[in-house]
Amino acid sequence: MARTLLDKVWEAHTVRTLPSGQTQLLIGLHLIHEVTTPQAFQMLKELGLKVRMPDRTFGTLDHIVPTTDQRRPFADPLAEEMAAHMIRNSREFGLPLFDMASGRQGIVHVIGPELGLSQPGMTIACGDSHTSTHGALGAIAFGIGTSQVRDVLATQCLAMTKPRLRQVRVEGALAPGVYAKDVILTIINVLGVKGGVGYAYEYAGPVIERMSMEERLTVCNMSIEGGARFGYVNPDATTFEYLRGRPYAPAGEAFDRAVAWWTSMATEPGARFDDVARIDGSTIEPVVTWGINPGMSIGISQRIPAPESAPEPERPTYREALAHMGFEPGQPIKGTKIDVAFVGSCTNGRLSDLRAAAEVARRGKVARHVRALIVPGSQQVARAAEAEGLHEVFQEAGFQWRKAGCSMCLGMNDDKLQGREMSASSSNRNFIGRQGSPTGRTLLMSPAMVAAAAITGAVADVREILR
Amino acid sequence: MSDMQRRQVVGRGLPLPGNDIDTDRIIPARFLKEVTFESMGEHVFEDARKQDPEHPFNQEAYQGASVLVVGQNFGCGSSREHAPQALMRWGIRAIVGGSFAEIFFGNCVALGIPCLAADPADVAWLQQAIGRAPRELVTVDVEKQEVRFRDRVIRATIPDGPRNQLVTGTWDSTAVLLEAGAAIEATARRLPYVAGY
Ligand code: SF4
Repeated sequence: MARTLLDKVWEAHTVRTLPSGQTQLLIGLHLIHEVTTPQAFQMLKELGLKVRMPDRTFGTLDHIVPTTDQRRPFADPLAEEMAAHMIRNSREFGLPLFDMASGRQGIVHVIGPELGLSQPGMTIACGDSHTSTHGALGAIAFGIGTSQVRDVLATQCLAMTKPRLRQVRVEGALAPGVYAKDVILTIINVLGVKGGVGYAYEYAGPVIERMSMEERLTVCNMSIEGGARFGYVNPDATTFEYLRGRPYAPAGEAFDRAVAWWTSMATEPGARFDDVARIDGSTIEPVVTWGINPGMSIGISQRIPAPESAPEPERPTYREALAHMGFEPGQPIKGTKIDVAFVGSCTNGRLSDLRAAAEVARRGKVARHVRALIVPGSQQVARAAEAEGLHEVFQEAGFQWRKAGCSMCLGMNDDKLQGREMSASSSNRNFIGRQGSPTGRTLLMSPAMVAAAAITGAVADVREILR
Repeated sequence: MSDMQRRQVVGRGLPLPGNDIDTDRIIPARFLKEVTFESMGEHVFEDARKQDPEHPFNQEAYQGASVLVVGQNFGCGSSREHAPQALMRWGIRAIVGGSFAEIFFGNCVALGIPCLAADPADVAWLQQAIGRAPRELVTVDVEKQEVRFRDRVIRATIPDGPRNQLVTGTWDSTAVLLEAGAAIEATARRLPYVAGY
């Protein structure tokens, strides 16, 4: 019988079936960051255990780092303490760490792929829900909690239940001005924020196949926002070319042997899925969220929906969203005044995202009432962008060019919304309070749309600016 | 019953209406700047509670409750274990709801907190019934997969794997995983990316 990538990767990493019926799954790559690990290291110490396979765990600092002055010690003593803990634990347990001085620091889901650590056919875990990002390379990659971080450190394994598999096919072709972010926001809108619970998503179809690796990373990144703990794209020539020459990717003849194995792990023609969903890519327009979860989105030409248009159980959330956002049903989303523009995060903080935003930034100046931040996803992304002069494009247009980190995606450093500020953001979550202010408001959109909003001072249709 | 076994949880209830309540709301990110989980209980739902004095976690009637009753997709979003840690340290020992986000559910199992899913209509009834009689005890029977309150019994399910772990007290996953011994390294050696291409 034809098998899927999920079947093959699962089987290759199965250590045994546990008495509970779950699978003891070997984790091939473990990524860690400063926020969800200190307690895991503490538990490990209390148990008197070592890290089982110290060469399979890599760490970075991303969530708490400032994006202005990154010299240590950090100005915020709590952030400094977390960084110091991470450095001390990494040293004590013998784990490689991409810290500020490494030149390779950045958001964990940006650096994994860019260093060639994340590869097809792997199982990848990290104490972070957006670990689903790495599925873009054809890996089974998922987020875990801190107790599970302890499990991976101590045993290199997790107790897991194999999910069902839904193939999500994006057919047709995307129109100009429509980006990977619009595709995944559409998928989440159609299938629902809990539509993927119990499922993994295999993204397929002509739109996905034509995407670059960075676009696929954006799509897989937000699998979790649709409830799916992980999502992947089958490895193909795009994947292999992306990996060639990266620091941790195999080199020379080993690379060719790796390609053979990677190819063998892809889903076979005729494989069966538990479910198949189809989306017509050619009907997608630039998407903006209007509510308080990433499924509450509309096309730029549409109007904010009324609670009555939603199924009964969803209506209280709709009402809560309208109240929080200060929106009226029937109001167009286009023209919504913004206070803050943020380009960055593990969803859209890569070089191609910055290029797309710069393309728009070249055509205007940031509106006077808007505070606009560009935060590269990693030190390497920052250097590559600077080599192209993108930082100057942004600065000339009135954007602040910052240093790498999670920044305003979750507001754990100084980059926060104030009060009820309205933010146009290329990140992945519009939950209440997510960007650092309990009353702050978030509109999720593509980096090009964020730049368009920044120079317009209000939500705009990027297609009109690029025309 | 050993310390670890979670056959049933008996305690007062706390109804928390609403669907899609995410872990950022349970514990906002700015309280994550800690290297231990100790203070998490103080900040559970902090922003929501500050904005709404009537928030269930603020209400006098529910202080000391240990069975949380929630809507659909509870615990979605960030994987932060700080969320169930905050609930646990506040006093929550079991959760009954319409459905749960997967990572949150797993994090709860890892802490020995059973999460049972029930029909939305039953959840709504339970929330209202607790609201009318907050001092009555709720019984969350993990083994039998039911919730008992006053004269009513509600069917509430939890998948076999985690149920076994909770009922038999084997939810300490590290100990269970370590038992595989050398089979772990043997599995690793069969993988070309570990062994070398
Ligand atoms: S950028 Fe945002 S979503 Fe991504 S890892 Fe950082 S905080 Fe999480």
